[in-house]
Amino acid sequence: MTVHLKQDAPDERNVLDFTGQSVIGEPLSRPEGLLKVTGTATYAAEYEVDGCCEGVLVTLPVVRGEVTAIDEASVLSMPGVIAVLSDERMTGRPAQGMAGEAPFQPAKDVCYWGQPVALVVAETFEQARDAAKHVAMDWRSEQAPLDPAAVETEESESTRQGDLAHAMAEAAHSVDVVFTTEGHASAAMEPHAALAQWEDGKLTVHASLQMLKFNRAELADSIGLEEEQVRLLSPYVGGGFGSKLGVSQEVVAASLAAMHLGRPVRVVMSRQQVFQTVERRSETHQRIRLAADAEGRLTGFGHEARVSNLPGESFAEPVLQSSHFLYAGENRLLRLEVARIHRMTAGSVRAPGEAVGVQTVEQAMDMLAEKVGIDPVELRLRNIPDKHPANGKPFSSRKLAEALREGATAFGWEPRPRTPRHTREGEWWIGTGMASAARVHSVVEAKARVTLRPGGTALVETDMTDIGTGSYAILGQVAGEMLGLVPDDIEVRLGDTDLPPGSGSGGSVGAASCGSAVFLACQGLRKELAERLGIAPESLTLKDGFARWSGGQKALTELLNQEPIECTGHFEPGASTEDMAVSSFGAFFAEVAVNRWTGETRVRRMTGAFGFGRVLNARTARSQCLGGLTWCIGNALTESLLFDPVDGHLVNCDLAEYHVPVNRDVPDLEVLLLEERDAAASPIQAKGVGELGLCGGAAAIANAIHDACGARVFAYPMTPDRVLAAMPET
Amino acid sequence: MAISINGQDYPLPEDPRTSLLDFIRRDARLPGTKKGCDHGQCGACTVLVGGVRINSCLSLAVTHDGDEVTTIEGLGTLAAPSAMQSAFVAHDGFQCGYCTPGQICSATAMLQELAAGWPSDATADLEAAPNLTDDEIRERMSGNLCRCGAYANILAAIRDVAGESA
Ligand code: FES
Ligand code: FES
Repeated sequence: MTVHLKQDAPDERNVLDFTGQSVIGEPLSRPEGLLKVTGTATYAAEYEVDGCCEGVLVTLPVVRGEVTAIDEASVLSMPGVIAVLSDERMTGRPAQGMAGEAPFQPAKDVCYWGQPVALVVAETFEQARDAAKHVAMDWRSEQAPLDPAAVETEESESTRQGDLAHAMAEAAHSVDVVFTTEGHASAAMEPHAALAQWEDGKLTVHASLQMLKFNRAELADSIGLEEEQVRLLSPYVGGGFGSKLGVSQEVVAASLAAMHLGRPVRVVMSRQQVFQTVERRSETHQRIRLAADAEGRLTGFGHEARVSNLPGESFAEPVLQSSHFLYAGENRLLRLEVARIHRMTAGSVRAPGEAVGVQTVEQAMDMLAEKVGIDPVELRLRNIPDKHPANGKPFSSRKLAEALREGATAFGWEPRPRTPRHTREGEWWIGTGMASAARVHSVVEAKARVTLRPGGTALVETDMTDIGTGSYAILGQVAGEMLGLVPDDIEVRLGDTDLPPGSGSGGSVGAASCGSAVFLACQGLRKELAERLGIAPESLTLKDGFARWSGGQKALTELLNQEPIECTGHFEPGASTEDMAVSSFGAFFAEVAVNRWTGETRVRRMTGAFGFGRVLNARTARSQCLGGLTWCIGNALTESLLFDPVDGHLVNCDLAEYHVPVNRDVPDLEVLLLEERDAAASPIQAKGVGELGLCGGAAAIANAIHDACGARVFAYPMTPDRVLAAMPET
Repeated sequence: MAISINGQDYPLPEDPRTSLLDFIRRDARLPGTKKGCDHGQCGACTVLVGGVRINSCLSLAVTHDGDEVTTIEGLGTLAAPSAMQSAFVAHDGFQCGYCTPGQICSATAMLQELAAGWPSDATADLEAAPNLTDDEIRERMSGNLCRCGAYANILAAIRDVAGESA
């Protein structure tokens, strides 16, 4: 049985509020938690497979060139070496998220420093690693553009409305500022890994990937197989943050090697290779213009950005994504340009677009509040638009004002115009700052199968992944709520392309998309049960393993009568998310201490208030927000990819030099989950939360730095040297 | 010539290039210990050697002849998790779970270091016994990266086990 829904209209029934089991939204522990804490959850590289050999990627240290010859004999005599693979089908870049087709081939056509060009396979990892360093190759290399500021750009997106220049000239108050942000790495803790087996014309790959149905298509297309011949397994993924959206180079290389050798092959990237070859968030150069009347009401809004990517890549960091609708202003200019340069592929890193686009707008808003002389929270409240300022669509639901107000109260925000340097503790200036949060909502097609087993338990199956996001927990909770079962009676199987294709994890689409697929499947099961009882589905209550209706009650096991019933839910996005502006919103508040002498910033506490539709599990949702706030700290203060301007290599390609926040960088964090039902967002009224917590928060820190010490820093990350340089004398 | 891991002896590897981490993950078939960087930069590979935490990727297996190694599998099991393991579940001290075995090994040893009076950068008075403050815990856990950003919950889990509040 299948239940299909293309959601063309908002669903205001809020079915999950009336089902009665009361597990939806509850802060339950992750069902897979014990596996993870005992080291028994198995990640891609950890499967025990007989006869498995080990592959290590060989990379080329030039930004542009071509491998002309690979001398296999140079390493074949080394102990344990089995083969040197330089197949034309090896991929030089990762696939972009949801590409569904082969990424750039052949790998020997080198477009960035450190591109993989070959694979050495040996009996052991140590042998393969050694041999990979000794492969003799001939190549030709050439110069290539490396500096995004020094090349002609291509326009990627442009929207004009009214006359921004005129609005700026007429404005009572205006801000016109340029910000820069540097590149970011996803830096998921599990390095990219694949273990490929080729048997009887079928390829099975354990890999660390986020979006399996797309990845399967990408892998099949890369090596020339039918999708049906490929099975991908990723039940546990050690973080993704965008870097595992598309099939990456080691997956294709391991697959080709396994097919070539007729033996299982494992390829794990080194941490350096992950940094150098997978993908980066583009650096950005952004100009923000704000024009306002005497009360701070926006009359003009301008956001122009330059990002970069390799030639041939369609992805452009969508910096303007939320600028289209976050604030009012009838005169608008939004423009995005792409510079073609030779750094590794630019792609999605957690919250592509907003992670760097909102924090610049939010610093500019802080500057405007200072000019107008009002509380920065009040400035935001005055500029919440009635409808989408560009296309006039209504907002489906929006908790921005509530987030600003409730966040301010929880934080203890003082509603006053800001005057820097009001508090000092020894050599530390103390200040507070705030920012709004916004992240567009989207859903994608997803299927899930739910089986009611004769014993009265349920099985949920989809190829959806759980990359730490809580999919195991929330999908079980949706099913439990719909079927009247306690979560312990529900088994959730994920991460296997033999299961119905879900959405995958990326762009915060997973919970709403796959949750809706599970919801639909359960609706089908409820209908079947109601039919068996001869009642209308609406009259049926399922709770604690019993079916109840006005006329009586019956145990689920009895209704099932020794036979399982199953239903596949098939969710497709429709007009409901097109007819309205659908987005998650929130607000950030931060307190910082800035050292008077060194310019070092320590974040002392943060509060985030977020509205993202229905909360499916308050614990895992909160954890997502905590993760987002943690990323705000790295984004604001430490994270930047640094490229050598001469030879183009990534200088800080490891975790010692690329500084993700560590435990001591993260202070007390407070998260407010604002309950909301967004009927247009999905049939379960949920939106995405995985990225929202990162969309704008760095500006709360930037604004707090200004409030503390008077330094207005226009370059992210705000490292001590930059803060010190911007700090006013005395 | 053997390394004892969780009470069981494993013969030293033939290849002297084998790190203790690869030895544990591959030769001893205990993949609970994770490899995040292989360069001593992330803490995912943290294990206890003679009760003291180390980054196992930074150590060659052949240098551990006769050592007693404890890995995440040795701290507790699915049927009988350790208090620290249970607290990580209860406080959602992880998301993807990849840094988690390292965090738990590290936290387990860290509390013993604190109890033994070892100072840290967060210790105000080097003469006195360190207090179990949040900052002490954060500082001492800063060698274990968590990109999912579970630090706040990791702190709560450790506090819970330590059973004190500052
Ligand atoms: S793997 Fe040993 S510290 Fe990262
Ligand atoms: S739980 Fe994912 S890195 Fe810590």
